[in-house]
Amino acid sequence: MAEKQSLWNPAILSQAVAGAFTKLDPRAMVKNPVMFVVEVGSVLTTALLLEDLAHHQPIAFNLQITLWLWFTVLFANFAEAMAEGRGKAQADTLRKAKGETMAYRYKTDGALEAVSSAQLRSGDVIRVEAGQFIAGDGEVIEGVASVDESAITGESAPVIREAGGDRSAVTGGTRVLSDWIRVKITSNPGETFLDRMIALVEGATRQKTPNEIALSILLSGLTIIFLLAVTTLQPFAIYSHAPQTVFVLVSLLVCLIPTTIGGLLSAIGIAGMDRLVQYNVLAMSGRAVEAAGDVNTLLLDKTGTITLGNRQATEFFPAPDISTERLADAAQLASFSDETPEGRSIVVLAKEKYNLRGRDLTGMRVEFVPFTAQTRMSGVDLPGTRIRKGSADAIAKFLEQEGSSLPRKVSDRVEEIARMGGTPLVVAENTTALGVVYLKDIVKGGLKDRLARLRAMGIRSIMITGDNPLTAAVIAREAGVDDFLAEAKPKDKMDLIKREQAKGKLVAMTGDGTNDAPALAQADVGVAMNTGTQAAKEAGNMVDLDSNPTKLIEIVEIGKQLLMTRGALTTFSISNDVAKYFAIIPAMFAGAFPVLNKLNVMRLATPHSAILSAVIFNALIIVALIPLALKGVKYEPKSASSLLQRNLLIYGLGGVIVPFIGIKIIDVALTALHLA
Amino acid sequence: MISSLKIAIRFTLVTTVLLGLLYPLAVTAFAHIAMRDKADGQLLSQNGHVIGSAILGQSFAGDRYFHGRLSAAGNGYDAANSGGTNLAQSSKKLVDRINGDAATYSKTSSADVPIDLVTTSGSGLDPDITPAAALYQVSRVAQARHMDDASLRALVQAHTQGRQFGILGEPRVNVLELNMALDAAH
Amino acid sequence: MTANGWLQFVLFFAVLIALMRPLGIYMARVFQGERTFLDPVLHPIESLLYKLCGVNAEEEMGWRQYTGAMLLFSFVSLLLTYLIERLQHILPWNPQHLAGVSPALAWNTAASFTTNTNWQSYVPEVTMSYFTQMVTLAYHNFLSGAVGIAVAITLVRGIARRESKTIGNFWVDCIRGVLYILLPLCLILAPILIGQGVVQNMHAYTQAQTLEHGQQTIAQGPVASQEAIKMLGTNGGGFFNANSAHPFENPTPLTNFLEVLAIFLIPAALTVTLGKMTGSPGHGWAVFACMSVLFCAALVTIYWAESQPHPLLHGVSQSSSALQSGGNMEGKEVRFGIADTALFATATTDASCGAVNAMHDSFTPLGGMVVLANIMLGEIVFGGVGSGLYGMLIYVVLAVFIAGLMVGRTPEYLGKKIEAFDVKMAMLYVLIFPLLILVLTAISVLSPQMGLSSLNNAGPHGLTEILYAFTSGAGNNGSAFAGLNANTNWYNISLGFTMLAGRFLMMIPMLALAGNLAQKKSVPPSPGTFPVNSSLFTVLLTGVIVIVGALTFFPALSLGPILEHLLLHQGSLF
Repeated sequence: MAEKQSLWNPAILSQAVAGAFTKLDPRAMVKNPVMFVVEVGSVLTTALLLEDLAHHQPIAFNLQITLWLWFTVLFANFAEAMAEGRGKAQADTLRKAKGETMAYRYKTDGALEAVSSAQLRSGDVIRVEAGQFIAGDGEVIEGVASVDESAITGESAPVIREAGGDRSAVTGGTRVLSDWIRVKITSNPGETFLDRMIALVEGATRQKTPNEIALSILLSGLTIIFLLAVTTLQPFAIYSHAPQTVFVLVSLLVCLIPTTIGGLLSAIGIAGMDRLVQYNVLAMSGRAVEAAGDVNTLLLDKTGTITLGNRQATEFFPAPDISTERLADAAQLASFSDETPEGRSIVVLAKEKYNLRGRDLTGMRVEFVPFTAQTRMSGVDLPGTRIRKGSADAIAKFLEQEGSSLPRKVSDRVEEIARMGGTPLVVAENTTALGVVYLKDIVKGGLKDRLARLRAMGIRSIMITGDNPLTAAVIAREAGVDDFLAEAKPKDKMDLIKREQAKGKLVAMTGDGTNDAPALAQADVGVAMNTGTQAAKEAGNMVDLDSNPTKLIEIVEIGKQLLMTRGALTTFSISNDVAKYFAIIPAMFAGAFPVLNKLNVMRLATPHSAILSAVIFNALIIVALIPLALKGVKYEPKSASSLLQRNLLIYGLGGVIVPFIGIKIIDVALTALHLA
Repeated sequence: MISSLKIAIRFTLVTTVLLGLLYPLAVTAFAHIAMRDKADGQLLSQNGHVIGSAILGQSFAGDRYFHGRLSAAGNGYDAANSGGTNLAQSSKKLVDRINGDAATYSKTSSADVPIDLVTTSGSGLDPDITPAAALYQVSRVAQARHMDDASLRALVQAHTQGRQFGILGEPRVNVLELNMALDAAH
Repeated sequence: MTANGWLQFVLFFAVLIALMRPLGIYMARVFQGERTFLDPVLHPIESLLYKLCGVNAEEEMGWRQYTGAMLLFSFVSLLLTYLIERLQHILPWNPQHLAGVSPALAWNTAASFTTNTNWQSYVPEVTMSYFTQMVTLAYHNFLSGAVGIAVAITLVRGIARRESKTIGNFWVDCIRGVLYILLPLCLILAPILIGQGVVQNMHAYTQAQTLEHGQQTIAQGPVASQEAIKMLGTNGGGFFNANSAHPFENPTPLTNFLEVLAIFLIPAALTVTLGKMTGSPGHGWAVFACMSVLFCAALVTIYWAESQPHPLLHGVSQSSSALQSGGNMEGKEVRFGIADTALFATATTDASCGAVNAMHDSFTPLGGMVVLANIMLGEIVFGGVGSGLYGMLIYVVLAVFIAGLMVGRTPEYLGKKIEAFDVKMAMLYVLIFPLLILVLTAISVLSPQMGLSSLNNAGPHGLTEILYAFTSGAGNNGSAFAGLNANTNWYNISLGFTMLAGRFLMMIPMLALAGNLAQKKSVPPSPGTFPVNSSLFTVLLTGVIVIVGALTFFPALSLGPILEHLLLHQGSLF
């Protein structure tokens, strides 16, 4: 589902055209007061048109007005249907994955029974084997399996799911590729993650977001004001002995009320959610997307978000009187069996720098000593030689036991490395400390620039790390974050969020573990990793299907883009009114008072062509802006003042100027075609 | 609610005494003591009776006096019923009146009549005319009083008030003062 | 147009800017309950007043309670005014033995002065006794001004306070506003006015025998004391019918200068108070700049329009020279000429003062349109004392909401999120204004007996006269295209209603907004915060005001003054 759709996908387009008509249902229209007024106006003019027909009166002008009024409504409906259609197409892909699958449920006696996925209830335990689909959302309670989650994430590489820990959650509709697992079902049919995703993507459960509600109030207010201005114009016109037809009055009204933004508002909202989906992020509510735009503080976990998940060995620092080769050799030996990325990086560094190739150890009597939480070191035992690598403390303890101690120079080096933000790993052979391996955090490429861009927009980034403050400070500087929280425990994270929120700030964070859940719930934007636990996913208000924590930055940008699009089109819509006044008002009264033609600054051909041009422009501008509404306005990370300056120039000033040109062009065309 | 109402009533009464009685009466008392003439309207007396206020216009119709602005106050210069005509610029009545007056003036002078002589003032009590309007009338008054134009023009100039502090307002001639000076001089 | 005219405008603006800052900072101290240099004199009086009124000065009010107190006070004082007007013939200080005021007129006048409008359907010198003018009309000039300031301050507090349930104490705000701000300023201004010739006495009207042996009755009264607060409180209700065109109210160019200054002084200073109290002086200046831009645009247009010669006059010298200011002098005073009239007219309609030093009805169509449009903007260009600031802040809220999204955040105003409730209240405020004006004007023009029979002028100008009346009422301005005879039952009652609705129906959503803002958290500013203190914001705010505010009335204006202007220059008269 991650593939991007062309804006004018024919299938979506034809569905949207049909949707434009079904949405004419006044019960649906009334939810959008601006367009509802247009619809009422259209019905009114249609009725009067029929009356004109019955009385054999010339209808050319009134017919065109009426048609274009209907088009105005239809175009707005079309925009909404387009946005929904794009979501629906994505939902269909998901729905295929859902299907009806068979599940093997454990009975109370431990035997298996075959049931359909629809019969599974929360609490049931099922067994899924290689090749089978997982029938519902759940948690692995036994076994390890590789699972194909491409149906949901679009990522073809299989992921490992295993009991316990943070990789235990499985999603219904995904497929086990190897091994088997026992899964405890955690949701009832219809409430699964996939079900909710489908509903969200389709926009079926879409509710207006707080800002959308506020904007609707503004638009309704403006509509009432213009309704007043237009309805009271008739008495003034009667006083002036120049009464107007209902067609002309409705035309004026429809041109003045903010139909452009009124028609595109819900499309913008749906498209915003849709853009997130294209980034493989599911927002549980539109409110979350809005909040993303408002975020003041980003909490970024160091590991995985700021740095590549793992530290890498970058240098060997031998102890006095020890050659570098000897240190590298011992370090490599001690790391051969170490499958952690850090271990592997030591092997690679020794190989690359000192050309130490892997040795065949099979012939030797080698015993590997794995890392344990108690010893906090690992290593290798050869006959007569014990090589250990580990933290300075651990190795010092090891040496002490052997009746030796860590040389001063080595411990100095250890401190220095720590100060530089690295992780020192001390290597010892029997009673001799050989030296220090410098393990370094690698900051993700380009991160510094992106954080700087965020800073320009007023967003502070705070790095969360379990490292000591010294180390944290160095990485923070290297990554360009504004602040850091070192030696952080889950509770510290929570406190930090509350502290920021108390200052009135909105906080975004990512998380995957169960112990992240409270913080995810507390944060204004909590992005759970799809690989994370069910608890984390439930607590957050967004899920990143790619489980890429750096994506938080994109999420913020998409939120901002959504809000900017809304603001830009609102400003544009309201600015348009100036030109429309200058088109319609002189046209209305030029018959009775030819002198008012002086206000006809666009030199529109005739009163009829002027009014018609304004109405047509008003309708066409909705269609013309659909791509903008769906794609969002061009986003640039800048300070608020420069953004405002740019957007005011384009959408404010542009909104004043564009209709003057557009209406003039339509007028010329209408005249050329003898339509008015 | 009831207690608030009580406060509202007490508040209204207390502040009324302070602002509606004490304040204006204190200012009146101060004015009476310190600036009595100004406070009483700069009344001018001749032969023991009040002939008007130095800063209010009054009606002059005869050729022997300089005329002031047209007045819509009451039946003209009614200082107890001030106001303007409130005629619109697009009013036929207004344009006809001005053009009619201008036509009458044109019989005695070849120059265009200054606009302030053919328009009503806002108050109907404008004490002033423009220097242009005063000079415009010099020959008529001179003729009526058998004076020479030059000395009358000098009198007008002597009674022309410049802008206040050289910058505020417009140059003007107080018609009553000018006419009283005229009477005194001749 | 003359160089001296422009020089006077520059001088006016320079003096205004010089005075507004100290006054604005002083007002911030007054309303934050801080010590001022007047405390030694005024504090004991203040305490005495609290005691006499039974006010607990320590008590803070929520917005509902505040609104309740404001409405109760307004109701009680309105009632008292009505009674005094009706009973003035048996009350003291009525040397002319004027009769009690008729019910419809008494109602209209009570509503008018309670709402700071000072619309006058009557000729004061033949209708109101000195007692009525002092005790009710001048009194309301103080209190309606103080109420306006108090309410504006609550909105400023709403912006400045964080997570607060209260917005101040209505009684305390009123008393401090009167005692520390309005009264001292009046005590400075009134003596200067008297020194220049504004009368101040309790005499009966003077009988004069004119030079040509006619009779002239000269109205007198305690004018200067009322004149001072009439201007400082942006009330505008004249002691005499001709208002500030009357030489006894506005005798010299200096008094004219001071009166215009007095109109703008407090409203302009309140922008400084806004900046001070919200800790964002730049924002105060940005708002002031927006007001100044709109003011200058109107001033230049009126000055230009009124300097133009009438196209249909013959044999009349209308050009400006060293000897006359020329232009349209109908309804204007010679001592003010065109420049001082344009300045006064712009200020009095930009602010909801409504005093006039010339007859707006006789302005050129375009000059008249601008004074009307000034009111139609919602009395926010400096505006009434207090009401101008809160009206402007409503537009600020709307501007922030409309354009705020364009910086990619949900709208935020000085740290306060603008949400659905705030927008609803702001829109309600904005909506009531055109509703009153347009609907009541429409009813009037459709009714030959009730509406059209009062007209003084026909054609498009007639429409403008009615439109102006309801605009003035709803905007609480009080100036008039005075040719319209508004002393009829229809206009007295409908305008009375318009004034009350234009004041209180707009204040209530405003206070609700203040209360709602006060209880919100405040987001600290960052580079991503919507800037409300830049020149860019000034441009935006101006644009929103012009588009939302003025375009509402464009259709009506096009059939009124615009049409009148075009027809006049085509040679049509009515």
